[in-house]
Amino acid sequence: MNDVIEAHGLGKRYGRRWALTDCTLEIPAGRVVGLVGPNGAGKTTLLHLAVGLLRPSAGSITVLGGRPGEGPGQLRRIGFVAQDAPTYASLSVADHLRLGAWMNPSWDRGLAQQRITRLGLDAKQKAGRLSGGQRAQLALTLAVAKRPDLLILDEPVASLDPLARREFLQGLMEVVADQGVSVVLSSHLVADLERVCDFLVVLVGSRIQLAGEIETLLATHRRLIGPRHDPDTLPSSQHVIDERHTDRQSTILVQTDEPVLDPSWAVEELDLEDLVLAYMGRTAANGSQPSIVEVRA
Amino acid sequence: MIEFHLDSRSGVSPYQQIVQQVRHGLRLGLLSEGDQLPTVKDVVAQLAINPNTVLKAYKELEHSGLVSARPGVGTFVTNTLGDGSFAAHGPLRRDLQRWLTKARRAGLDEESIEALFRECIRTAGEEDVA
Repeated sequence: MNDVIEAHGLGKRYGRRWALTDCTLEIPAGRVVGLVGPNGAGKTTLLHLAVGLLRPSAGSITVLGGRPGEGPGQLRRIGFVAQDAPTYASLSVADHLRLGAWMNPSWDRGLAQQRITRLGLDAKQKAGRLSGGQRAQLALTLAVAKRPDLLILDEPVASLDPLARREFLQGLMEVVADQGVSVVLSSHLVADLERVCDFLVVLVGSRIQLAGEIETLLATHRRLIGPRHDPDTLPSSQHVIDERHTDRQSTILVQTDEPVLDPSWAVEELDLEDLVLAYMGRTAANGSQPSIVEVRA
Repeated sequence: MIEFHLDSRSGVSPYQQIVQQVRHGLRLGLLSEGDQLPTVKDVVAQLAINPNTVLKAYKELEHSGLVSARPGVGTFVTNTLGDGSFAAHGPLRRDLQRWLTKARRAGLDEESIEALFRECIRTAGEEDVA
């Protein structure tokens, strides 16, 4: 079993509204996965299904080979930090560590202590009086010190200022380098994820629009700029993701595994932000159900 | 020990920037044989980037014979960039300056010169691949 998360036709319904629809996904181990999408796209729903806080209304999800929330053995292997890094305001930093040690059999006291010291946190300080960045770091410490195989972080940096954001991601990457833990983190900002993630999942309007290794995604998408073309004349290996036309010029974003040979095109590479925005814009513009593009290495 | 930095607006991928900075360090003599490169953990803790990015850069450097990894110890510089390339800089620079004068006389401004230069490097690169 090499996938940390596997979902098949996964869906979650609240009343009549589907917060997550027909989600099929395979996330290999050892990746830092960025889950991106606008607010309300279903990111938190997907993460809560993965940690077992929610039960699926349709389909199935397997995390680390088991059903989420199935038993203590499963819970022990997952570190989860919910949105806004919840901590107990009236408990001190030291109390949080004691609580972590008490509740987690695999607790790594040394690691927890080392992180707190390096962060310069005062053990006696009440969590309610910590800054947002410090609170996020404390929550990450609790999740990391249980030595999980999978860390799931819901919008971990959304409420942090740029410096705290950077410090948080530095700490997180250090943990990944040190422990080889798999990570899934969500964000509505691609820029936060660009450097830290190697796998991307784009979720828009309750559906997965794009999933794959970032390197492969970037290598298989190109922007073609040239004299006006009819997109129907493109080779069948080029899938149009986005197109714009003026009376003279066409700008077409294609997904293709093959080199673009037509010399009338100027071919440009995309950065991650362009790519994600193209997939997001596609759903907004069409209003219809787009086909899921799956890119595999 | 050198320290890496990333320019997010350069359009060059982070892994290539690390490779370039090591090569640059070798060329300028900031790095020489036997020097240790920062550990993967140190680099990611400093730059907040994915560890695989650093590993990929170090692998490429290893592949080109400039560094070698000693498991459990670190990555060390094993080679210098040929001085031959350094010696060639002078004449190449003079050629380029002559060419620049020609280009200006032909009416090209800096932007057109840069565009032309980049285009030539790109097409030459593609011919190499093909």
